[in-house]
Amino acid sequence: MDWLGPEEWRAVALSLQVSFWATLVSLPLGVFTAYALARWSFPGKQLLNGIVHLPLILPPVVTGYILLLTFGTRGPVGSLLNEIGIVFAFRWTGAALAAGVMAFPLMVRAIRLSIEAVDPKLEQASATLGAAPLWVFLTVTLPMALPGIVAGAILAFAKAMGEFGATITFVSNIPGQTRTIPSAIYAFLQVPGGEGSAMKLVLVSVTVAMSALLVSELIARRVAARVGGK
Amino acid sequence: MLEVDLHHSFGGFTLEARFQAPPGVTVLFGRSGSGKTTIVNAVAGLLTPDEGRIAAGEWVLLDTARGIRLKPHRRRLGYIFQEGRLFPHLTVRQNLGYGAWFAPKDAPREDLGRVVELLGVGHLLDRRPGALSGGEKQRVAIGRALLSSPRLILADEPLAALDEARKAEILPYFERLRDEVSVPILYVSHSASEVARLATTVVALDAGKVIRQGTASEILGDPSVLPAGAREAGAVLTATVAAHHPDGLTELSAGGTPLFLPHIAQPLGSQIRVRIAAHDVILARGRPENLSALNILRGTVKEIRSGEGPGAIVALDTPGGRVLARITRRSVAALGLAPGVTAHAVVKTVSVAPGDIGAGGGHA
Repeated sequence: MDWLGPEEWRAVALSLQVSFWATLVSLPLGVFTAYALARWSFPGKQLLNGIVHLPLILPPVVTGYILLLTFGTRGPVGSLLNEIGIVFAFRWTGAALAAGVMAFPLMVRAIRLSIEAVDPKLEQASATLGAAPLWVFLTVTLPMALPGIVAGAILAFAKAMGEFGATITFVSNIPGQTRTIPSAIYAFLQVPGGEGSAMKLVLVSVTVAMSALLVSELIARRVAARVGGK
Repeated sequence: MLEVDLHHSFGGFTLEARFQAPPGVTVLFGRSGSGKTTIVNAVAGLLTPDEGRIAAGEWVLLDTARGIRLKPHRRRLGYIFQEGRLFPHLTVRQNLGYGAWFAPKDAPREDLGRVVELLGVGHLLDRRPGALSGGEKQRVAIGRALLSSPRLILADEPLAALDEARKAEILPYFERLRDEVSVPILYVSHSASEVARLATTVVALDAGKVIRQGTASEILGDPSVLPAGAREAGAVLTATVAAHHPDGLTELSAGGTPLFLPHIAQPLGSQIRVRIAAHDVILARGRPENLSALNILRGTVKEIRSGEGPGAIVALDTPGGRVLARITRRSVAALGLAPGVTAHAVVKTVSVAPGDIGAGGGHA
């Protein structure tokens, strides 16, 4: 792929890195949150549901600013993490955090639906056969919800690839550090003669997004076939 | 011996059940809504009753007074559900092995090969449940429960979701389970045929209460206990195969009285349980002659139960055992039937349904 210049390449590589880690780290938390929302009843469940969905409905700039206030070097959480050597502000890790937070609601929604589709009667059957709750989850709930979990992860990855507003507000637009594909497109469009580079990145974006959507559709169809053919 | 004592109220329904389940098959018998499934779910731990105690000797599953509520996965029960509930993402082999994986290493184990052979599921091992018929699914579900090293097997109307042909296919497996496996079975049913064929002990339930506990012949032969209604009434006789006749009939001996039935594929001398549906029995005072029916049992009227409607149930004690007849009150009056009177029960050979004939199980 010689047609991408070094600066464009760096943006693509960074975007993939940021999205990969954002998805990977948020996945266990996403599965846990989705399971809690699908299967447990506890005080504050609606509040948790609201908080999870907040990044979906807030302006991304607001989410980015809240992240900056919380995880910035002088923020309450950021200053604590700073002491043990974890820095988010103006680093690619911060871009990953922003992308993860923004993608979280989509991930949780997809996984929650797939967990709700698992018949609790099968989980009961598993328990009567001697499986403790964690084993019920690992041997019945998780494998049966797996297609939905994969779909949720892919959706989150695609969303993370496209994250712009929260990222640029939280960690700015530093080449090689926080300049992901959307930030790079934005930067190229700010300088005369940058349209060519911007267009190439647009193509990459569209390709990644379309592939992700296709794969997740395919998996969703498999789920439907499995539930129907039971 | 499992002892169950439960008290549970929900949605205007009160369950007040107390019974014992000795070794063998204990059938919880009653119409739907009588609380059978609630009891089984309480034994399995899928439902926590308001108050109660479930224990077998030192092994206490539930004792609300002492605050003991064993979690379902610690109860070591094999639960056969009405709908099978096989794991769709696992193969038949994996389904069968699922429970053994969690069972204690020192628990007595059923051999996979033996269970596979007992249930005839050898050719299905690599398939997934989605590719099985209803009857095959239920056989795998029986095997899965059996292979989890259970101390007790629970079966909640395991045949109710199957058609008649599939029922006839599965019922013999439960008979073999009863006769060849030492694990006690708690079996929920509303079918008199299943009770007649399987039960070692019957616990008759109505509206959340145990109305009677006894053997199959005691419960099914008592006209005052009809948990499944008068239409399902019918006593069960225990007989042995005496001869196979060339014209396709099998001759049984019920306490010395010959009983002719359509061919039964069991060797001579084997013990058979036969349920004779009360509505298929004709009563006569004198011994009828020139009659096509082959079975005429002479006996003494023990009890007559009349309900609101035109029908009555007459209990007749014959040398072969108790027979129930469902006739009209008009006929009771016309024949002058009363306790102590001699009468003859007439049973057509072909009226006995194959589903009402079972093998083994000891005296009903």
